[in-house]
Amino acid sequence: MGKKPVKQTQKTNKIMREEDLVSSYHDMLLIRRFEERAGQLYGLGKIGGFCHLYSGQEAVVTGIAKAKLPEDQMITAYRDHGHILACGVDPYNVMAELLGRADGVSKGKGGSMHMFDVDKHFYGGHGIVGAQVPIGTGLAFANAYKEDKNPAVSITYFGDGASNQGQVYESFNMAALWKLPVLYIIENNQYAMGTSVERASAQTDLSQRGRSFGIEGRQVDGMDIEAVYAASLEALEHARSGKGPFILEMKTYRYSGHSMSDPAKYRKREEVKDMRQHHDPINMLKDRLIERKLMNEEEAKKIQDEVFDVIEQAANKALENVEPDSSALMTDIYVEENHAS
Amino acid sequence: MPVEVVMPALSPTMEQGKIASWTVKEGDKVEAGDVLAEIETDKALVELEAAADGEVGKLVIEAGTSDIPVNTPIAYLLRDGEALSDIEIAPAPAPVPEKPETPVPTASEQPPSSSVVPQPTPVTIAADPELPADAEMTEQSVREALRDAMAEEMRRDEKVFVIGEEVAEYEGAYKVTQGLLDEFGPKRVIDTPIVEHGIAGLGVGAAFAGLKPVVEFMTFNFAMQAIDQIINSAAKTHYMSGGLVTCPIVFRGPNGAARRVAAQHSQDFSAWYAHIPGLKVVAPYTASDAKGLLKAAIRDPNPVLVLENELLYAVKADVPVSDDYILPIGRAKILRAGSDVTLVSHSRSLDACLEAATHLSAEGVDCEVIDLRSLRPLDTATVIASVQKTNRLVTVEEGWPVAGIGAEISAAVQSAAFDYLDAPITRVTGLDVPLPYADNLEKMALPSTDKVIQAINTVCYRQG
Ligand SMILES: Cc1ncc(C[n+]2csc(CCOP(=O)(O)OP(=O)(O)O)c2C)c(N)n1
Ligand SMILES: [Mg+2]
Repeated sequence: MGKKPVKQTQKTNKIMREEDLVSSYHDMLLIRRFEERAGQLYGLGKIGGFCHLYSGQEAVVTGIAKAKLPEDQMITAYRDHGHILACGVDPYNVMAELLGRADGVSKGKGGSMHMFDVDKHFYGGHGIVGAQVPIGTGLAFANAYKEDKNPAVSITYFGDGASNQGQVYESFNMAALWKLPVLYIIENNQYAMGTSVERASAQTDLSQRGRSFGIEGRQVDGMDIEAVYAASLEALEHARSGKGPFILEMKTYRYSGHSMSDPAKYRKREEVKDMRQHHDPINMLKDRLIERKLMNEEEAKKIQDEVFDVIEQAANKALENVEPDSSALMTDIYVEENHAS
Repeated sequence: MPVEVVMPALSPTMEQGKIASWTVKEGDKVEAGDVLAEIETDKALVELEAAADGEVGKLVIEAGTSDIPVNTPIAYLLRDGEALSDIEIAPAPAPVPEKPETPVPTASEQPPSSSVVPQPTPVTIAADPELPADAEMTEQSVREALRDAMAEEMRRDEKVFVIGEEVAEYEGAYKVTQGLLDEFGPKRVIDTPIVEHGIAGLGVGAAFAGLKPVVEFMTFNFAMQAIDQIINSAAKTHYMSGGLVTCPIVFRGPNGAARRVAAQHSQDFSAWYAHIPGLKVVAPYTASDAKGLLKAAIRDPNPVLVLENELLYAVKADVPVSDDYILPIGRAKILRAGSDVTLVSHSRSLDACLEAATHLSAEGVDCEVIDLRSLRPLDTATVIASVQKTNRLVTVEEGWPVAGIGAEISAAVQSAAFDYLDAPITRVTGLDVPLPYADNLEKMALPSTDKVIQAINTVCYRQG
């Protein structure tokens, strides 16, 4: 990543810069291609357990990654491949984790649902629906505790299904009460496993779920990366400037089944097809880039090929990586050195 | 009689206090609620208020005095017409008494001993119902047996309903509630939002009010969100209410490791729930036990946890065709009789026990395999009788070793059959580590046939 840039205190440009737009095309494709490859490897029995793919939702993490500062933290649930890739982690280590290999980000111990990279301020990767919300609020608490003028913001992601868990509201109350620098991102992909938002939520405008705590919220077209970018930039600024939490409900869609074995009887094939054809975040961005003459078909093809190669190499290398050594089984249960200070 | 003002107990643990200062003097007129003194305890400085109107007749203890036992008179208030001479001053403060002065009467002279059997009062538990030789049987998976148990009980009793995440339209994340929505409709087969703690509490309330909820947890890992309601509300309220409130509820779902779903989705809660007085806990292994025990759980007037296992759902066995096939909760079952060593286990770990037994029988070691089936009450009698015969014991469980089911069985056996043991009891458990994702590490962390064989060899002093 080259030299450390001068510390930014706040991004101000509300409109995405041209180079960010083009690199977003690359970044979203990388996630898409990664997930396609993960799906294949799951089918081959190389990946085990649960594996929740992010395809369809790429504009959310990518847009936020462009708006956030490097030290802003991210935390999410089990559908976490896109998030860790958006933090700039090498797809090789992410794929190795999916395969349960030694070079995996969590040394093969966590798997698909438990990706972490603390250096990149990515705090996981959590399997219990809703549990990451108070944890993300705690990251924000620590940020506020440091009393920096421009604190890092904790970007705490959760799903439409998770938005009904009690601990979300305990978090909202604390975050508002103490004006914590936290940005809650509700990734509303319209389903929690087989349950649509309408069947699970009395109030389906999830952006308003913080109202009784005085938390401002907004619905955003989560398939439109420019909309995601603009809204998150503003929300991050709000949180960073000491005004407390902000909620963005990203209206998005998951293309794949919930995990890998999903009979998908709860939605129609046409619905998925329509989303893919008419609302795909990557194609929408590509069309815009071409229309605005920021990219031509040839350049698009070049980016696609490059991403394909990167993922191919990452996957092949990960497949050759060894399983963790048996000595790893009983390590990392406790902190091994004495860190008392 | 003048009103005695005593050193008050200002907290549940306070035994003595200090008069920091008097805010009145003898002869002052006071009204109820007026501050008389400041009392200092180890935790706080608290104002002592007059309980009635009157005149401060006598301050018995000086300000600044410490260690005044609770209930010692410290002042007297005179009411209308009373004179100083009416006061009978109690003796000077004694040191903190060891015991309250008036003993609380007890109904029975014999306090329960805590050192004998750690089990609740033994209840006589009936044997399994005798099945007639020509009883009609059908081959079913555990999944189907569980579904039929619920369906039969719902047909029998209007009060039974099923509630949980994805139980209705999706027919259960593991397809255990297949067909129930079709037959019983959305009033009795209820999809919920993702709100474990909420559903558990709602279920408890409905049970208090006389319904019989069957709460499905998608897996018991998620019941950790709800464990407060399961323990603090479901398990304890009957006792706390002196038997007034009952909680006929069933909490069920898959428990334990599946395949490579990592630490947060793989936990075995057997020992956790077995620990709790007020709960009953069953963990069926076969399809017929699954049916008989779930039906028993639904009819039981107490909260019952049914710990199922995802990897056993598809396993088939003969199941009696009968609406009244009810198994007793609290009875172990001998799956395989043997004379050389006793293996005690429950749920899926029995696979490893049975395989090890088969393997070793070829080498002349005759294993007795006991399926606990119920973890609370725990049928230690069956285990002890077996150990008295075989003189050797191996316990096998998927859960962690510390304070586990094997530890409990070991304690019971050494106390009741110490002289019968020819070798130290050996436990095979899940390793003391959060379950890893990597294939090789996961296998190492869980009990296996090999590990059971090794343990048997150890207690039999054999070379493996
Ligand atoms: C406490 C808890 N309950 C249930 C589950 C099982 N579960 C896993 S994902 C999921 C649906 C969550 O949906 P949503 O929050 O909308 O996120 P999405 O999967 O759509 O990204 C459920 C019920 C769980 N992991 N944790
Ligand atoms: Mg969702």
